[in-house]
Amino acid sequence: MSNLEKYTNAFVQAFEIEPKDAPALKYQDIKAWDSVGHMGLVANLEEAFDIMMETEDIIDLSSFEKGKEILSQKYDVDFAQ
Amino acid sequence: MWNLNKFQDNIAIITEDNKKINYKEFDDYCKSLTVNIPKRCLVFNLCRNEIGSLVGYIGFLNKKIVPLMLKSDLDDELLNFMLNTYKPDYINVPSDIKDKFENYGCVYENLNYTLLKTPFNNEYELNPELALLLTTSGSTGSPKLVRQSYKNIEANTKSIVEYLSLDETERAITTLPMNYTYGLSIINTHLWVGASLVLTEKGLMQKEFWSQFKDYEATSFGGVPYTYEMLNRLRFFRMNLPSLRYMTQAGGKLSPELHEQFASWAKENNKKFIVMYGQTEATARMSYLPAEKSLEKYGSMGIAIPGGKFSLIDAEGNIIKAPETVGELVYEGDNVTLGYAQKGEDLALGDERNGKLITGDMAKFDKDGFFYIVGRKKRFLKIFGNRVNLDETERLIKAHFPMLECACTGIDDKMDIYITDENCKKEVSDFISQKTGLNFTAFRVIVIKEIPKNEAGKTLYKNLELINA
Repeated sequence: MSNLEKYTNAFVQAFEIEPKDAPALKYQDIKAWDSVGHMGLVANLEEAFDIMMETEDIIDLSSFEKGKEILSQKYDVDFAQ
Repeated sequence: MWNLNKFQDNIAIITEDNKKINYKEFDDYCKSLTVNIPKRCLVFNLCRNEIGSLVGYIGFLNKKIVPLMLKSDLDDELLNFMLNTYKPDYINVPSDIKDKFENYGCVYENLNYTLLKTPFNNEYELNPELALLLTTSGSTGSPKLVRQSYKNIEANTKSIVEYLSLDETERAITTLPMNYTYGLSIINTHLWVGASLVLTEKGLMQKEFWSQFKDYEATSFGGVPYTYEMLNRLRFFRMNLPSLRYMTQAGGKLSPELHEQFASWAKENNKKFIVMYGQTEATARMSYLPAEKSLEKYGSMGIAIPGGKFSLIDAEGNIIKAPETVGELVYEGDNVTLGYAQKGEDLALGDERNGKLITGDMAKFDKDGFFYIVGRKKRFLKIFGNRVNLDETERLIKAHFPMLECACTGIDDKMDIYITDENCKKEVSDFISQKTGLNFTAFRVIVIKEIPKNEAGKTLYKNLELINA
């Protein structure tokens, strides 16, 4: 599985959505992405990439796109792989 | 109720966009709103943690208008049901949703809130003592309300102010909705002493919340057990929050592990962590664990608040005197509310409890007199701090899926919904999440062949848990 697939999958599982709907998502766009859902998402991402996210990154993760940026810049996740 | 003028220039409210409103201005906002309501009547206040909602609440109470506090995003069907059940004279709503009520006339608009006139005029008599109405488990569509009196609110507010030693230098940031009794008690106590409130709709998982916390130098916040789980995941213990003085916890039992962790952190960092216990039926608070005992007695919900008294009774109603013996918790105090309302006519009822509340919670006390909650008599769960009645949830599902057999059980923050039709699994999960407004991950739908029942047709919940195990 590519890193992008792993990343998308974290959203799919946390919010029970279709993979195609993930890239446009922002915090609170859907009911499932509330604070409870956010906690689940962070847990999924940490497990998928074997990382421990910092507080500032957890609260900065306000969209699918933003999350990609954070993970690639701060946690060395290469989305080309 | 609130003598806002007493605090004139003190800042009452700080909004998300850094508007600071002093007590004098706040009082003027309240009066400009309520001058439009000529006499005592029932009003629905559709709440957000915004100034328009707070002006409604305080303004109504100060002018003896009785508000029913509901969340502004309450499911439409449930809201209509409440409107038809209680027939309020007015509703105070965020202006961005006023179009939903196109048949109601706009009376006043300010601060992004709109006061709308309904077709009803004092449809039901209001008891003179009645101050405020709150839902118990509004999320499942029960019309059951708690009737709180002026005396209840005043007694509980004064007691909380005393045991938390609150003064006008406090500045709490909102983390709980104001239609929820715990959130409301934080508002009540701060406005009572001339302190400030940072009103925000942002949550712990949002960057903006923490910027507001730091920029506006919040001194305290409250949280339900789930809040503390989130804080733990947010690596709260590594955060630097110099303005923070204390944190409170209520709305369900925090795991002893987290209680210990937060108590230790508080002790090491010169902060206070105060675990409390309460119910809407007791206005808000019944107990607190004093901060200095927080670590030593972790897992305990403490002692009765000033002016209150606890006792435990056994199955026959006898008072339990021995420590470490489980019984049903009984509370006595001036904050014990008048009773429930199930229909419009009930708003005329007087005090049905006479200061004594049989809580429905099972508890014990240790040799030093500190109380511990060990279980619950009634069939409900606390989900993210919200009381969700299991029988009402079953009724809600059966009403929407008439052909479906269903039984609900589970633990706090995790409801198990047993059904007998595989094809409805996703639909039931979506339906219940939508109705309650709670994240779907709190509900697990489990498909089984049949719901175990006894000969009289009553569901055998113990057997259900066995199937699952």
